Amino acid sequence: MISATATATATAITMTQTDWLALLVHFLSLSLLSIGGAITTAPEMHRYLVDDRHWLSDSQFTSSIALAQAAPGPNVLFIALIGWNIGVNAAGGMAGGMATWAYGLLGVTVAMMGILVPSATLTFAAARWGQRNRELRAVRAFKQGLAPIVVALLGATGFILVSRQGDSGTPWTTWLLVATATLLVWKTRLHILWLLGTGALVGALGWV
Amino acid sequence: MTPTALERPRPDSPRDLFVSFSLLALQGFGGVLAIVQRELVEKKKWLTPEEFLEDWAVAQILPGPNVVNLSMMIGDRYFGMRGAVAALAGMLTFPLLIVLALAVVFAGVSDVPQVQGALRGMGAVASGLITATGLKLIGGLKDNVMGAAVCIVLAATTFIAVAWLRVPLVWVILVGGSLASVWAYRQLGLMAGLLSKLTSAP
Repeated sequence: MISATATATATAITMTQTDWLALLVHFLSLSLLSIGGAITTAPEMHRYLVDDRHWLSDSQFTSSIALAQAAPGPNVLFIALIGWNIGVNAAGGMAGGMATWAYGLLGVTVAMMGILVPSATLTFAAARWGQRNRELRAVRAFKQGLAPIVVALLGATGFILVSRQGDSGTPWTTWLLVATATLLVWKTRLHILWLLGTGALVGALGWV
Repeated sequence: MTPTALERPRPDSPRDLFVSFSLLALQGFGGVLAIVQRELVEKKKWLTPEEFLEDWAVAQILPGPNVVNLSMMIGDRYFGMRGAVAALAGMLTFPLLIVLALAVVFAGVSDVPQVQGALRGMGAVASGLITATGLKLIGGLKDNVMGAAVCIVLAATTFIAVAWLRVPLVWVILVGGSLASVWAYRQLGLMAGLLSKLTSAP
């Protein structure tokens, strides 16, 4: 388990070749399940990578998502950061020099290839087919059937990300911040950078 | 092809696609979709709003990151495989370098309590962003053929299974998704039957 003083610093782990393969297979299998975006598979990733295998710490997992969200670009890059963190852990931390970079980049490659290749291949083939057959009953049934599930998965992901933060339970101020951010994103056109900036400030002051 | 289709603005080359998608990916803080819509529909006019919505729907149902799927679909339409790869590379290359640089800088200061706090705060905002995206999509369920009651039950069951019971996602999608798709298939059939009865009635 992650100790109460867990930080986002690297925790040294050993990754055998079988482990790297298992990591690749994990992302490959999640790729085709990532309907609604890679973020919907975050709960499953957390269960496997953090709870079962202990390849990265809870705070490394959460900060990967937060960093990718704060940085420009598609949010799927949190997968690259998860791969990077596992690689860094496998190299024994950031002090490992060249080994850290090599393992980190290996982690990035394994994670990104795993999560992207199956879904990108399927998209390439299916988008052309789906475009031609969008009136087909089966195509419509699939879209309609999965819609409420995709919506709920987004909500569940948001919930898990908050409730996983902090070891002595989530403070009410954090829930308040989440609720405020949710409302503002949902109901206003306020730029996300303002919200992230406010979140960073409130957090740095130790209020959440 | 109609003359309007020929005159419509379009990317000049895969290189143009790469540059365009790089530029819009770099503007997308907290998600790229809003920027894609603004740049490709409103500014460049490569897509009409209707085309954008259709593409977005397909990009969403297919597994994989939505904006990544969307960029590939658009790239593919203009330059086939080369276009898809160019758009995909544009979407990922520079943001990947930036996020890795951030991670390296972050690792050096991750022990500072203020930095930890700041990231916790940003994480809370990120959770809010994801939840809000889910809430925004609820509107899309209004006309769902399964009906409001079934949608609510499905969504609630999914939420409880994933968020509280921590059921592996594969079961949720395989079991819940298949049951829902079969139900939707049946409802679509009933609706089609009803429609044909209505139209054939004297």
